[in-house]
Amino acid sequence: MTFLYAAYAATWAIHIAYLITLVRRYSRLKLAVDELNKRKR
Amino acid sequence: MSAPSGITMATLTKDIRLEWRSKDAINSMLFFALLVVVVFSFSFDPVAEESRHIAGGLVWIAFLFAAVVALNQTWAREIRNQVLDAYRISPAPANALFLAKAVGNFIFVALLEALMTPLFIMFYKLRALGPAWQLLPVAVLGTWAIVVNGTFFAAMSLRTRSREIMLPLLLFPITIPALLSMVEATTTILVGDPSTSAKFWMVLLATYDVVFTTGCLALFETVLHAE
Amino acid sequence: MKKAFPILGLLTAALLSFALYEALVVAPREQTMGDVQRIFYYHVPSAWTAFLLFAINFLASVQYLVRPRPQADKIANWIVIALGALTSIGAYVVRPLPQNMYPSSVVTTGVAIVGLYFLIKKYFSEQETDILALTTAEVGVVFCTVVLVTGPLWARPVWGIWWTWDVRLTSTLVLWLIYVSYLMLRRFSTSGQTPVLAAALAVFGALDVPLVYFSIWFFRTQHPQPVIGGGGSIDPRMLHVLLINWLAFLCFAFLVCWSRYRLEQLQREVEETQALEALLEPRSTVR
Repeated sequence: MTFLYAAYAATWAIHIAYLITLVRRYSRLKLAVDELNKRKR
Repeated sequence: MSAPSGITMATLTKDIRLEWRSKDAINSMLFFALLVVVVFSFSFDPVAEESRHIAGGLVWIAFLFAAVVALNQTWAREIRNQVLDAYRISPAPANALFLAKAVGNFIFVALLEALMTPLFIMFYKLRALGPAWQLLPVAVLGTWAIVVNGTFFAAMSLRTRSREIMLPLLLFPITIPALLSMVEATTTILVGDPSTSAKFWMVLLATYDVVFTTGCLALFETVLHAE
Repeated sequence: MKKAFPILGLLTAALLSFALYEALVVAPREQTMGDVQRIFYYHVPSAWTAFLLFAINFLASVQYLVRPRPQADKIANWIVIALGALTSIGAYVVRPLPQNMYPSSVVTTGVAIVGLYFLIKKYFSEQETDILALTTAEVGVVFCTVVLVTGPLWARPVWGIWWTWDVRLTSTLVLWLIYVSYLMLRRFSTSGQTPVLAAALAVFGALDVPLVYFSIWFFRTQHPQPVIGGGGSIDPRMLHVLLINWLAFLCFAFLVCWSRYRLEQLQREVEETQALEALLEPRSTVR
């Protein structure tokens, strides 16, 4: 049934979307950390 | 017992006196209330039979929006003259201030409702088929539910960007059970079906009021001192 | 601790795949609804996980509010223990239990909540409690979104409608709304005391939940509507698959929370360092 697959797909789409935002925030944060470390030296 | 209530009364009379002298908020709110009723009447123009079923919902939504506009102004005046900072420094219990503000808002919103109701009755040809006297406790409990939480969240929204939109964003989800109770109670009374009673809704509203009044009084001090 | 993460990640992925297989293949086909009923194995565990996360958020928020005040802290301790005791007694006294719950699961939930409260108290400092609250609120909203999306996708083929004022679904919607407003407060607040305000909102939200439930429950007795998700007893084989999926999602939620927690910790450290640097910067290098 399409609804079944849609539900399962939607579940994972939502989770993956959230994880992607986490990854993006983390990479932005890494840039800030690198910048701070550079300025320290 | 006398000191806090004295402060409450003093703050309350101060607010009412200020409002009465300036009348700017009252006038704009009255006109807003009138506009809301007229716009709703244009949008929903049902026959008297049907109108009873939906009028409960429409009336309370109109009241809710009018209340939000009124609440948004609640603290604005305080901030303008740094009155809030003075309160924080003073030894006056925060509860007294909150109660004064909440009661002041309640009076204000009740006034609006009292003016909007005859207009609604007129435009929708409303007549309660059930026990009409029950509408009064429903109105009182319901208005207090909106006002007590609204005053609290208005204080919370003070230090936020987009302050005016933050109040309804915070208020609406929390007030959903109260709103449902108000609307259902009003509809039950208007429709007057003998097999239903608005009593459960009124008890639920009363419970909601007690729970959240206690919560607001307990937590207001924390919110007031939150910078 | 850091090394454990990839291993746990792989284990969780394996568990999730296994649970998916169980849900789609192994679980018996439901008589009336057919295969669509299998959405149940994702819908319900997500709901339970979301509720657990929101419960932790509530406990962390209470902790954050009372810890600076020793008197309130002691009172809160006793209230938590009393509520746990009442729940355990009530599970065996109140008949019938709403939603056909088993007394043992009610007691377990009550004891777990009490346990979680004291665990948070012991292992999380004040600042960390706030981060915990933020983390569980965010991840909770994610899982709650899943519940609200899978619910209508289940309702549509079974009942022909996308939405119904089903008690559980509607209560979940209101819970979702409350927590989204919580996250908005966190984001839009410019106060230095945002955590305190957010904690107060979380407490209000928790007070609201039983009222929401009762109001919608009574609304439904006045206006009967279809029930999504069915009540009543459950086939033990289905229960087995359900619990496996729940375990898998719990592990997944744990890992996501852990990541979000670390991210927030790092973010706050960076912000603190940046602020400190801005303070210590010599005037001539003003940008």
